[in-house]
Amino acid sequence: MEQLFLSIITGIFIGGVAGYLGTLMLSRRMALAAGPLSHLTLPGIALALIYGFDVSLGAFPFVILGIFFIWILEIKTKLPMEALTAVTFASGVAVAFLFLPIEQAETALVGDITKVNFIETMLTIALSLAIFFLIKKVYSKLILINISEDMARAEDIDIEKNNFFYLLSIAVVVALGVKMVGGLLTAALVAIPICAARNIGKNLSEYIYFSVFFGSFSAFSGILLFYFTRLPAGPLIIISGTVIFLLSVFFKRNV
Amino acid sequence: MAEKILDVKKLNVKLGEEEIIKDLSFQLEKGDALTLLGPNGAGKSTLLKVILGVLPYTGSIEKKKGMKIGYVPQRLPFIKDVPMSVREFIKIKEQSEEKIEKIFQSVGFERNFLEKQIGTLSSGQFQRVLIAWALVKDPEVLLFDEPTTGIDIRGKETVYRLLEKLKKERNLTIVLVTHDLSVVFKFSNYVICLNRFSSCKGKPREILTPENLQSIYGEEVKFYKHHN
Repeated sequence: MEQLFLSIITGIFIGGVAGYLGTLMLSRRMALAAGPLSHLTLPGIALALIYGFDVSLGAFPFVILGIFFIWILEIKTKLPMEALTAVTFASGVAVAFLFLPIEQAETALVGDITKVNFIETMLTIALSLAIFFLIKKVYSKLILINISEDMARAEDIDIEKNNFFYLLSIAVVVALGVKMVGGLLTAALVAIPICAARNIGKNLSEYIYFSVFFGSFSAFSGILLFYFTRLPAGPLIIISGTVIFLLSVFFKRNV
Repeated sequence: MAEKILDVKKLNVKLGEEEIIKDLSFQLEKGDALTLLGPNGAGKSTLLKVILGVLPYTGSIEKKKGMKIGYVPQRLPFIKDVPMSVREFIKIKEQSEEKIEKIFQSVGFERNFLEKQIGTLSSGQFQRVLIAWALVKDPEVLLFDEPTTGIDIRGKETVYRLLEKLKKERNLTIVLVTHDLSVVFKFSNYVICLNRFSSCKGKPREILTPENLQSIYGEEVKFYKHHN
């Protein structure tokens, strides 16, 4: 029972902060970017599973490396970021499967939040809250940068600094996300809650509230379903999100 | 004599290897309405951004100390991706509710207009929202990049009447980029024509002769008249 409680708490925090970040990523047309980045973390996840340390800690340097790699390749080659992402992300999967023990493959690909310990839970809560407040602080600035960089500069907003915070938030959320739903499914943590929220909310604050709530609620219900069915929790969390999204289509409000 | 608020001397602007503005000098006094004319790519928007301080240049631009500038860019193609209300958009400026509501009254909107979704506004309404945006921090100078592109005739009139009213009420100095020649005569007291090879400046009636327009716009003048 205590294990279930820890899993649910961890899930609620990761789901919520991923839903919050998703509202920014969707408005920047980057809803899918978390996907390739989480694929890139697979070697890190593999290392964490082999040597028995926290999956998020293993994943984090690889997201950072991935973002850096795509950024530097974009400058060097001038190829579109989307194309470079396509070039790099599968390498993550390929490298991981060179040394990932096959019995650990399921955890690496679809995550496992059902065995988190107390320290991992505390670490997740601390990181989620830190990222939550960081996003809150830069939110309106990033929205303005997205609308017009010149307007943002006219307001004395430091574009590079704020974009850095944005990328840092993505990196941490991806690293937390792979712990819960693995290298394959993390994009959905960021994308599904906001898509459901867009169907229901009528202004930005409502989108944010709904997205955070749906993110947390899918994690909660997915983990609860795991408890009763013993099916893998990661996929159940994502399917819960999909069901919320489908329901939201019927409740769509026209504004 | 009116107060001098902007003094531009020997301004040169390069974007990459390309020289966009060459050796331009002019002055603005408080209450002036300057129009920048010229074909696409002549450096009009670039000049606005240089005055705003977001692009590098050589030469000198002296602004009145502590001068606040309001800026409205030419196009905002991504704004509809962000599902926000007018109030949420304006609140990015971190001003009090009271202030925001006052500004909205002065650009002629009802109070409940603030709750509307940005994505549902007509181009004319959106432009007035942008004017309100630019005014929130009480600027002395307003930089406006083609404020009526894509707006119908009635909407255009509303926007210009509004700008004129605000200019009087607040003693604003306005720098405007437009292709709309009728506006230039009605609205502005000073014109700078730009193209890559030359520039001319002065009062609209003195500067906007058919010969000058031909040399600035080339063939584009005919194109413009044909469509209006």
